[in-house]
Amino acid sequence: MATKVVMEALSPTMEEGRLVKWNKNEGDAVKNGDVLAEVETDKAIMELVARGDGVLRKRLANEGDSSPVGTLLAVIATADENIDSIVGSAAPAAAAPAAASGASAPPPVPQSPPQSQGESSAPPQQRVAGTQGGAPPSAPQRPAPARPAGPPPAPRGNGASRTGAPSAPGGRQRSSPLARRIASERGVQLGGIQGSGPGGRIVKRDIENAKATGGAGRSAAADRLAAEGDFKDVPLTQIRKTIARRLAESNGPVPTFFLTAEFDATRAAEMRAQLTEMGDQYKVSFNDIVIKGVALALAEHPEVNAHWLNDKIRHFNRIHLAMAVAVEDGLITPVLFDADRLSLWEISEKARDLAKRARERKLMPEEYTGATFTVSNLGMFGIDQFTAIINPPEAGILAIGGVEEKPVVIDGALEVRQRMRVTMSCDHRAVDGATGAKFLQTVRRYIENPLSLVI
Amino acid sequence: MAVVTYRDALTQALREELQRDDRVFLMGEEVAQYNGAYKVSKGLLDEFGPMRIVDTPITELGFAGVGVGAAMVGLRPIVEFMTWNFALLAIDEVVNAAAKMLYMSGGQYKIPMVFRGPNGSALQLSAQHSQAWESWYSHIPGLKVCTPGTPADAKGLLKSAIRDDNPVVFLEGEMLYNTKGEVPDGEHIVPIGVAELKREGDHCSIITHGKMVLVAMKVADDLAKEGINIDVVDLRTVRPIDVEAIARSVQKTNRAVVLEEGWEICGMGSQVVDFIQRECFDDLDAPVLRVHQEDVPMPYAKNLERAAKPDAGKAIAAIRKVMYLD
Repeated sequence: MATKVVMEALSPTMEEGRLVKWNKNEGDAVKNGDVLAEVETDKAIMELVARGDGVLRKRLANEGDSSPVGTLLAVIATADENIDSIVGSAAPAAAAPAAASGASAPPPVPQSPPQSQGESSAPPQQRVAGTQGGAPPSAPQRPAPARPAGPPPAPRGNGASRTGAPSAPGGRQRSSPLARRIASERGVQLGGIQGSGPGGRIVKRDIENAKATGGAGRSAAADRLAAEGDFKDVPLTQIRKTIARRLAESNGPVPTFFLTAEFDATRAAEMRAQLTEMGDQYKVSFNDIVIKGVALALAEHPEVNAHWLNDKIRHFNRIHLAMAVAVEDGLITPVLFDADRLSLWEISEKARDLAKRARERKLMPEEYTGATFTVSNLGMFGIDQFTAIINPPEAGILAIGGVEEKPVVIDGALEVRQRMRVTMSCDHRAVDGATGAKFLQTVRRYIENPLSLVI
Repeated sequence: MAVVTYRDALTQALREELQRDDRVFLMGEEVAQYNGAYKVSKGLLDEFGPMRIVDTPITELGFAGVGVGAAMVGLRPIVEFMTWNFALLAIDEVVNAAAKMLYMSGGQYKIPMVFRGPNGSALQLSAQHSQAWESWYSHIPGLKVCTPGTPADAKGLLKSAIRDDNPVVFLEGEMLYNTKGEVPDGEHIVPIGVAELKREGDHCSIITHGKMVLVAMKVADDLAKEGINIDVVDLRTVRPIDVEAIARSVQKTNRAVVLEEGWEICGMGSQVVDFIQRECFDDLDAPVLRVHQEDVPMPYAKNLERAAKPDAGKAIAAIRKVMYLD
């Protein structure tokens, strides 16, 4: 029995992947779970693993090729199995000689995934019989029973003939009892999984593939958010619905407004200097201090630590704080989970590690999904103030400027103080001006009294 | 272990139990002088004489009733039906007399009795002589129903049936009599109501009994070549059914096909599926499928007969479907 190796959705948002490197050659024996290749997704470089045992009979993509999710990349089969029909079904890639190594040969143009692969979400590698590979899945065949003469038989009530029916018009996601049980045991949510059974039924192998490909990573993160008691859903009142509708009409899909405040960071700077004197293990950055302050403030303001979910607003009790990290060709927002419960030094260590691995593109999907709120800091680039774009469905984002010396008037006298400006972008559907302002007051209290961050 | 035919295994069981207990006797059409229509009682008349190996007229209802009466007064009759198709004439004695006597006598009359004979279809015996009756008798409280598929099980179960104090319907297979298999030497007993895992595999369960056990083993062989490993659960007894064995297998494989010789509606498979949905609901990854005779009287024409019978090809198709391979 041959196993098709397809481009899998290795991140929640991946639509195509670039094959960076083959780890197995044609003719190599492979086992279920072996790493076949490295694939660059839109977020990171991930491993593509075998989903069957046998010999890697044919590679259909070259290193450097980009292919849409679902594209056939290789075939695993027994050494003497006829795989022509499977390879033949992958017309576009197979047409390009797999051995072509000359730079002059144009890379194969990625084609749409085969129809049978469905949409872009993780199609499992499909196990197919060697003799039937490539044939489209046919309707379940029921041997036509010979019937005695007489009136046509009444429909039998066994329901067997219905198993191949398409999903219900209501869009109810079908799943086998076993699949539901495994999903619940593993904390995988069925919502994002494409079922491979009849009528889109989610079956055991879909759960296992979701776990293996990182679809479950998102689910695990989502699950972390969705644990009972970790949030409160706020039903939308009429005035809230009207505000949401009117403001969205006026100002894009996320009607954003901005609140800017200038904090006195003198004490924070002094504390930071003192900590640095105590030794490297106590050293923290301004960013760490701000993250800690924001996390503690969010714990006091769940109405800001919120998601806009169209029919309701979800206030989270747990603080999963994302921080924007610039990477070579974009940015990514790794998450500090339960940031309010981390000590300043734990934040410092985790933030440094996440930023480093983000730049190396080594983050796992579950490390950059599941945030409840985000901070973005451009202070290190000499930016003293900016506005950040909200990452929906989060209700806000805080943009942190750099700390600089400024003259300020205190009790009628001019003084030189360390100052920093922050700007909060708020989704007005979920957060009103006064709500955001009160949150910033709390952030100010923490930043301006930095000992409260370490006790 | 000696390799013997299913027929000889049955003869061994009869001989051993006739020797062991002189209350045991065999009665039926052609069982004595002719050595049995299918030669299962070969040599027994010579060994045990005409008082214990008794030829009867062609009167199924009559000699079944004589058997019930004999059981009531302390003997242990074995009544042979030339085939179970003929036993339709005697079903009143089996169902209304033998099965209910202990209950209706307030526990005064036990019926330690075996009704036995070939069951199911052979080749081109047409509609009236090609029928599998196990679901009929399994329906009746008071009866036990054995359906051995191998020589070892035929011997071991028949000995258990003869020693049982309840009426046992013992369904053999005409097409099985010449099949061979290993039978343990010496005293060999198979308890009633205990299934056997005839083959182990993780991918899918086939639950079956009787003649279809051989079909299931062939299916398992064929699929093993494709890397698909099948659990073959041989029920061996269809009343009582070994629900735990079914559940153990399905909980392991998460999918099942029930294979039987008889018809679909109210067949044995209906009952097995019911147990599975009750005991294994959260373990199922696919609906349980059934493979059985088509819902028609058995055709005489060879090609139509083949099309109507359950076979390995139909079972493999069902397995591929519950495994979502097609």
